[in-house]
Amino acid sequence: MMAAAAPAAHRLPGGATWSHRLHRGEALELEDLEGGANAALLLVNPHEPTERLNVPDTLKAQHVARITAGMALFSDMGRVMASVIEDTCGWHDPLAGHARTAELEAVHGPSSFAVHGNDARRGAREELLLELAKHGMGARDLVATVNLFAKVTVDGEGRLVFHPGASPPGGRVVLRADMDVLVLLNTCPHPLTPGPWAPRPVGLAVRDVGVAGADDPVRLACPENERGFAATYRHAA
Amino acid sequence: MPEPATAPPALDPADAAMDRTIQPGDGWIGEVPSGGHLRIVDLHGNQAVDTLLYDAHDHAHRYSAQDTIRGQGAIYLTTGSRLLTGTGASLATIVADTCGRHDTLGGACSQESNVARYGEHTRHMHACRQTFLAQALAWGHGLGKRDLTHNINFFMNVPVTPDGGLTFEDGLSAPGRHVELRADRDVLVLISNCPQLNNPCNAYDPTPVRLLMWEAGR
Repeated sequence: MMAAAAPAAHRLPGGATWSHRLHRGEALELEDLEGGANAALLLVNPHEPTERLNVPDTLKAQHVARITAGMALFSDMGRVMASVIEDTCGWHDPLAGHARTAELEAVHGPSSFAVHGNDARRGAREELLLELAKHGMGARDLVATVNLFAKVTVDGEGRLVFHPGASPPGGRVVLRADMDVLVLLNTCPHPLTPGPWAPRPVGLAVRDVGVAGADDPVRLACPENERGFAATYRHAA
Repeated sequence: MPEPATAPPALDPADAAMDRTIQPGDGWIGEVPSGGHLRIVDLHGNQAVDTLLYDAHDHAHRYSAQDTIRGQGAIYLTTGSRLLTGTGASLATIVADTCGRHDTLGGACSQESNVARYGEHTRHMHACRQTFLAQALAWGHGLGKRDLTHNINFFMNVPVTPDGGLTFEDGLSAPGRHVELRADRDVLVLISNCPQLNNPCNAYDPTPVRLLMWEAGR
């Protein structure tokens, strides 16, 4: 079993952006400090930045339209970039994507530093593009993201159903880096969030968990994951 | 939700600026001018046609499956679906659809994802992202792997269940069914006629499709 939760090493405010390079065998622990948080997640191979999180490959390899514990996050090169090794939420949304500033303006009106100071509303897309630019990347590198802590189901007609507050205060999800990986996060509220603007903070901590062993439950979850891990490990060897 | 169906102009194949057959395992890349129409005909039924779209004048301004899904509040594409970029601009609108629904969650097959999904023996089989890459490189203008993202699969059936399951099912399409796009700006369209043999997306028998393009709708 995992060690007890480490104290949050960094408090990422709501509506903010963060990036960090995780080494293979490190884990990023995210805690929904107040409940109802959202963290848009993007993964990039720092050694070969055209390799990145591929949401469709992740979903079809595991026959899922949600992300939770025991699942692997695949790159477009058939490798497992990261694994969800703990999750108290049960559902993270890989379908609805990240909000643009224009969408926030349409719902909440215009916002600027001059009016709202550091609480100015900034779209996840625009913020992720800035964070990518710090690593020498741009719009061509911004691909589909996963919304950690958010639940969106699909009804019988294919319509999206957003479940507000699906993640409780103290909800936790832990991502293990199965290869070196640049993690980008943005805590803008989920784009389908109804009601007033209320971005929520997320606690972040990095700890060593070691690489997946032969008996790792994510690795053994399905033959697709076993083959994805084999590709990752061949690449890392 | 998609907008209500609008009656598309009945475009005559005799007037088409382009009318060609794309074999399975082959692809096409080309521009459709604003107001132009592109019709894809599933000649033999149950054939996945993997498709990406770009602003013809700025390839980084490109189709985003997640923005398209969120924009219409639903995962399946059909008549009325607007195909959006990451900035929310409409690249094209589906103006006719005799199939009923199309997928934009399943992505495109690749040699690498085939290995993960089906095993090492599939590594050197034909795959859509090989076709995408070959077409993109042939087009030039710097188009390459970075530009290959989460695509549309016309005529493909990837149902999602309320409890978050996803499967590749037999297609809903049939011989002669078609889908037609109207370009809402000058667009670059990149197509792979899927050669996948390991799942039912092509009924285990990839077949040709017909592409018709009219430079301006009537």
